[in-house]
Amino acid sequence: MNKRFTRILATSIAAAALMGSLAACGKGSASATSEGGNEITMWTHNAGNPDELAAIKSVVDSYNKSGAAKAQIKVQAFPQESYNDSVVSAAAAGKLPCIVDIDGPNVPNWAWAKYLTPLKLSVDLSKNLPSTVAKWEGETYAVGYYDVALAMFARASDLKAAGIRAATVEKPWTKEEFQDALTKLKALGKWQYPLDMGTAGTGEWLPYAYSPLLQSFGGDLVNRDGFQTADGALNSDKAVEWAAWFRGLADQGFMAKKSGKDSTQDFLNNKSGIVYTGSWAADKARKALGKDLAVMPSVDLGNGPKIGGASWQWGVTSGCKNSEAAMDYLSYSLKPENIAAVAKATGTIPATDEAAALLPAFAEGGDNRVFMELSRQQAVMRPETPAYPFIATEYGKAVQDILAGADPKTVLDKAVKAIDANIKSNGGYKN
Amino acid sequence: MKNVLRLNSIGAMAVRILFAAVAAFPIVFMLVSSLKPDQQIFGDMSSVAAFLPIGNISLDNYTAVFDRVPAARFLINSVGVSAVTVVLGIFVNSLCAFALSRMQVRGKRVVFTAILATLIVPFQTLALPLVWWVNQLPYFELNGFSLEISKGWLDTYQVQIIPFIANAFSIYLYHQYFESIPKELDEAARIDGAGWFKIYRQVVMPLAGPATATVAILTFLPAWNSYLWPLMVVQSEELRPVMIGIQYFFQLNVSWGEVMAYASLITVPVVVLFIAFQRSFINSIASSGVKG
Repeated sequence: MNKRFTRILATSIAAAALMGSLAACGKGSASATSEGGNEITMWTHNAGNPDELAAIKSVVDSYNKSGAAKAQIKVQAFPQESYNDSVVSAAAAGKLPCIVDIDGPNVPNWAWAKYLTPLKLSVDLSKNLPSTVAKWEGETYAVGYYDVALAMFARASDLKAAGIRAATVEKPWTKEEFQDALTKLKALGKWQYPLDMGTAGTGEWLPYAYSPLLQSFGGDLVNRDGFQTADGALNSDKAVEWAAWFRGLADQGFMAKKSGKDSTQDFLNNKSGIVYTGSWAADKARKALGKDLAVMPSVDLGNGPKIGGASWQWGVTSGCKNSEAAMDYLSYSLKPENIAAVAKATGTIPATDEAAALLPAFAEGGDNRVFMELSRQQAVMRPETPAYPFIATEYGKAVQDILAGADPKTVLDKAVKAIDANIKSNGGYKN
Repeated sequence: MKNVLRLNSIGAMAVRILFAAVAAFPIVFMLVSSLKPDQQIFGDMSSVAAFLPIGNISLDNYTAVFDRVPAARFLINSVGVSAVTVVLGIFVNSLCAFALSRMQVRGKRVVFTAILATLIVPFQTLALPLVWWVNQLPYFELNGFSLEISKGWLDTYQVQIIPFIANAFSIYLYHQYFESIPKELDEAARIDGAGWFKIYRQVVMPLAGPATATVAILTFLPAWNSYLWPLMVVQSEELRPVMIGIQYFFQLNVSWGEVMAYASLITVPVVVLFIAFQRSFINSIASSGVKG
């Protein structure tokens, strides 16, 4: 046994030595968040997205190599799904980097929590897509290179076979037309459910995808006048109407209460006639369907068609010791060619017309120009309040309960109560 | 009579095969799907083809995994972190349990109760305060011939290992096991001139094989599956463990073939470990009544 114990000890020492040597290999980055010398760190959410990451790194490289760089920027990439948790933990430990990217609707919360400082950039942001500039309490805290837009995809041949007109940006479907279209598509007998609304989605998808439908009905997530209560907005008659309508899509057999995990792929595999998705899926769908792909705007449910605005954006942290360099880099990165490069890599809508002109797909007459129009005409910002992450969670739960068959009014009242209590317990989220 | 017995055994075997198949289905699905393109995975979903390596089979998803994620580095990190946590965990927890079991110290019952009480506190409630704590700890670094001291363990290997070495449940398991080892053996060793550490090393630990196997497995699995903690304390890609890697695949357009390929890659070491230690694992469950 003496030998066995010695073996365990030897293994332990060998393993510790291995970790030591690995630590030495990773030493350069072990203290990456401590911003020493003339280097500042930038965190981004796209570790699992090689194309976007490469585009961001390319912008950073060109800045670092430019003679005018006020600091060397170092990129650290995190997976998107867990990015927010990493930022919140780092903030708790006082280890935030100088530059972070942020999902647009979270900007007010991060600004309120003092993670972010107002931007002082040397570029004019007035011509950017409004949804790519995040403001709170009159200050700009973040700016993005791109936005994405929700839309409905269908096969033009299916619409023709069912005798349905394709909706356009100028003339979207009304609620009645949508009902008629779904009835006709179902009658074709090609699919169990003609519509895929991505009901298996979780997290931010739920408010991003479904709150514009609520807003098109005339409801909202919160009363935007001061953002102090959701009462009268999320549980209004219009909101209850929306909930009943949404649930009705499932009850009538038009959509599954829980769709497949990948709605776009299911649509391409002809498991649905219409998929509610976004600009990010357009290139894949067009590659598979070619000219048969019909990109249609969201339905006008009474108050005009609406889609969610704001995607990932960049901000500077309040603890940054070299914020001047951070602002300088962000200003540099907003050049049209940089915006275009990132938008091209991600298949997203470039934030400015100048950048769009550099991308044939988004230039006038381009295949993806429609998304730019949708973003300009229909985007509604998710409520610009620090309470948004909580509101989003409550709304997501309410959507799932409604789909599961709960009484809409009861569910929405419950969500309102929770949201109001949260706002109150945080002192109204005052600055 | 013989025929009835044979029928019974065939029936029992059929039931076993059925249970084994049900248990194996998710793993078979994962492995098979890792070889198929996305379109085919979803196309095969409603038929038995989902479990068969037929159609457009290739290793493309595995190639894509290595393009998207530094999978080899993540695997090495997880193997290293898990191995060190297990080895040090066995040493520290057994030593603690030995002291509580064998030494006559005033208040040891209170200490033991306090240790056990920590079991009821979920890790999630400790996570954020622990982040703050580890960020206050000194960090020694050898730079040439000088020893540099800085503050904060964030973004290091030790922050992934040290907080998980001491484990109340492991101490409890060892303690209960040590209690079943006759104290006369210690006394005999003492008469032969052995000290406490020698008794621990040469008398008690050699008899605690099943407890060690249980502790090793129960320490290894959470270390390997560790997700929340590294998410909070590790920023550099070079230091990340395998479980964080799975999140790399959940972008707007998820490639499920790649997800399956990565899941297969990170499952293999656990399966290999299980096969290698299958006997000890079953023995440890049988002797301790604890399921990993």
